[in-house]
Amino acid sequence: MNSPILRMENIVKTFPGVVANRGVNLEIRRGEIHALLGENGAGKTVLMSILYGLYVPDSGTIYLNGQPITIKSPKDAIAKRIGMVHQHFMLEPTLTVAENIILGQFPSWTILNKQRIGEVHEKIRSLSNQFGLGVDPAARVSRLSVGEQQRVEILKVLYHGADLLILDEPTAVLTPQEASRLLEFLRDLAKKGLTTIFITHKLDEVMQVSDRVTVLRDGQVIGTCETRETNPRALAKMMVGREVLMDLHRKLASPGEPVLAISNLRVRDARGLPVVKGVSFTVRAGEIVGVAGVSGNGQSELALAIAGLIDDVAFDRFQLEGKDVTRRDLRAASHRHSAHIPEDRQKMGMVLPFSVSENFILEEYSSPRFARHGFLRGQAIRSYSQNQVKKFDIKVSDVSEEIANLSGGNQQKVVVARELDRHPGFLLVNQPTRGIDIGATEFVHQQILAQRDGGTGILLISTDLEEIFALSDRILVIFEGEIIGELPSDRSQVEKVGLMMAGKRDPDRE
Amino acid sequence: MRAVTEISNNHEFSMRIRKVLQGTLMPFIAILIALAIGAVILIAANFNPLQAYQAMYLGAFADFSSFTEVLLDATPLICIGVGLAVAFRCGIWNIGGEGQFYAGAVTGTAIALYAPALPGWILLPLVLVGGAAGGALWAMLAGYLKTRFGANEVVTTVMLNYVAIIATSYLVSGPMIEPRGTYPQTAQIPDGARLPLIMPPTRLNLGFIIALLLAVGLYLLIFKSSTGYAIRAVGINPEAAHYAGIQVKKNILLAMAISGGAAGLGGAMQIAGVTYRLFQQISPGFGFTAIAVSLLVNNNPLGIILAGILFGGLSTGARLMQMNAGVPAVLVNVIQGLVILSVVAFGAYRILTMEREE
Repeated sequence: MNSPILRMENIVKTFPGVVANRGVNLEIRRGEIHALLGENGAGKTVLMSILYGLYVPDSGTIYLNGQPITIKSPKDAIAKRIGMVHQHFMLEPTLTVAENIILGQFPSWTILNKQRIGEVHEKIRSLSNQFGLGVDPAARVSRLSVGEQQRVEILKVLYHGADLLILDEPTAVLTPQEASRLLEFLRDLAKKGLTTIFITHKLDEVMQVSDRVTVLRDGQVIGTCETRETNPRALAKMMVGREVLMDLHRKLASPGEPVLAISNLRVRDARGLPVVKGVSFTVRAGEIVGVAGVSGNGQSELALAIAGLIDDVAFDRFQLEGKDVTRRDLRAASHRHSAHIPEDRQKMGMVLPFSVSENFILEEYSSPRFARHGFLRGQAIRSYSQNQVKKFDIKVSDVSEEIANLSGGNQQKVVVARELDRHPGFLLVNQPTRGIDIGATEFVHQQILAQRDGGTGILLISTDLEEIFALSDRILVIFEGEIIGELPSDRSQVEKVGLMMAGKRDPDRE
Repeated sequence: MRAVTEISNNHEFSMRIRKVLQGTLMPFIAILIALAIGAVILIAANFNPLQAYQAMYLGAFADFSSFTEVLLDATPLICIGVGLAVAFRCGIWNIGGEGQFYAGAVTGTAIALYAPALPGWILLPLVLVGGAAGGALWAMLAGYLKTRFGANEVVTTVMLNYVAIIATSYLVSGPMIEPRGTYPQTAQIPDGARLPLIMPPTRLNLGFIIALLLAVGLYLLIFKSSTGYAIRAVGINPEAAHYAGIQVKKNILLAMAISGGAAGLGGAMQIAGVTYRLFQQISPGFGFTAIAVSLLVNNNPLGIILAGILFGGLSTGARLMQMNAGVPAVLVNVIQGLVILSVVAFGAYRILTMEREE
């Protein structure tokens, strides 16, 4: 029963300038759920992409059922009964579930007549019943929720006969309810004999669902252990390489004057459809207001509207630091009175081919600190950047290095350092820690809290409930462009917030 | 572990080599490839390519006086090229260098002809500034259409080229034609409006020095000034620039103005330093060659000085190839076209691979 289904030995994979895997050894037992834990950039996804045939390792051997094998392509992997569900779904939304599942399976000249389609539907239906997936083969993918789409992805892997399933951060896109449903489902699959490798950086999921866990750091295996013999604190230490503060020490907020007051804010998207439908709220100095919601419920547009970066915006009233702002000068006023850590740091927060120091001055490049008589003060910019790099512990060989070469966490630190240094009265923060590692997340959180304690009013938009509860003083829940409730930031409210995120306006009534 | 580090060091080393090669060697390989294809065509047309290319080389670099002709040809290429570099750095594909050159030539000539009574120390600067202003306005027309209506600048600048060239033809054969003249050309501009020669008896004039200063100035503007910082930020990531409070449209207009201004200055200097009068086809396509000049050196104004001289040498040499090796003008044009095409293709290749690496 416990013979290894898979062994990866001494896997080495390098990319230009980066060593992603430095001799990784991994052993997976038949029928277990094996968590692959590590920060971003630890090499988890690269390792699994090698297993799935997306990359060829520089050296190392893979044994499947004791036999050494080479996997040249995903097609190869599927033939060897290995399946992978990527973080970003690979589904064609205009096709049905069944069409997506058989995509590329038949030779291109096959005629898909009624009979053949019927057979496919039948097989999908029986698999779906067998595993309790509840997937309708005839449903159009565009009509399915994110959680359902993920089940289609899993079904696709099962349909192709996989007995080793790789899941890359499967809960990242799910609501808490969907996530716990997925985890339950994975346990069921394990009981039926399927082996699962589960990539994650969330400790509670590891504890909840896995049999064993392997921790990767810096492209190396730090250790493998039985999940029941370890605990989150020990795992976090293995993952980061030092003690981690699991809970932030938060002082009680002492809110002051309102720094942002909005009433009846409305935003339309490019097609003219309303995406933010009459939102009103206030943020006071010295407090953090969290906006919780499943991604795609109008948060992005709300943030862009507040920053004055989107065109089709209307409101009854918009006050920044006590002054009324009109639609016309929203952009300028917002830039003057507030700082903004944007959602998409690479697209909006930085200029990628620019150096680290050039990115530090993005907002203030023409201020007397950085420019004199129209010319940039190279030396001043350089020493300022070096200071910031030291202060924020940004890992970079030199401030003249292109920011594109930094890891996501270090890039985000540059953005955070730059925005906080503007000493704003109001700070808009959107998804500050998405895709960055635990160490950097902890640091960014501490910086945001310090900013609050310094008297800044902060609006925190995040789809990560953990983050919302860790930082916020009050929580607003956004659903389909409306704020459908306000709750105190208390852990006992997690489930209630989760239900509201899924659209239940009054979860107490049930 | 050590093996792994060595692998990565080796890799980094080869990456760096590759970058250096792409930066310096590749453009010259592109030119060599074009000349090789040209050689095949020459053979097919019954010419000895070695003889032809020798005539070309000697024509450009045989002695100092032929080299001054090269520099004379390089002057407008450098002026337009450094201007285009500013637009390209701002992410605008200004293909209108040719039209902006004409606009500058027309404005400069008009000032020189209709205000001849002014003393030289005022008239000449006025001609040059006027030329720059004419080119700048011509370019800003396309900039305005882009920022106001979202009109694609490639289309508008190309169209405005035709407008400028045809309008010039009209002006020199009608309103501005020389008194009692029959040729479609203006009268000669007065002495006070001419750029002084710096190495008589060669035709080399102050214009070349001004072009060098312009290149250095625009280099400083792009890479050392806060204005250039904003222009580059807009060019690379307009969304991030807008986020950072940089006015995207203003910077696009500014970059177009600088771009057209430099080309217009080149046009005015061509009149004031070389031809002394305006006629049809005052440019043999400087504005298009300058695109290749700028792309060849990744839009770096200092590099454009060298690239401009190189292309100046190619065109001077090509003229001599025509004269001394008897190669017909059309074939010479074909070879020049091949060089430009090959350099532009190389530039596009570099841009595409850079995008893929990101």
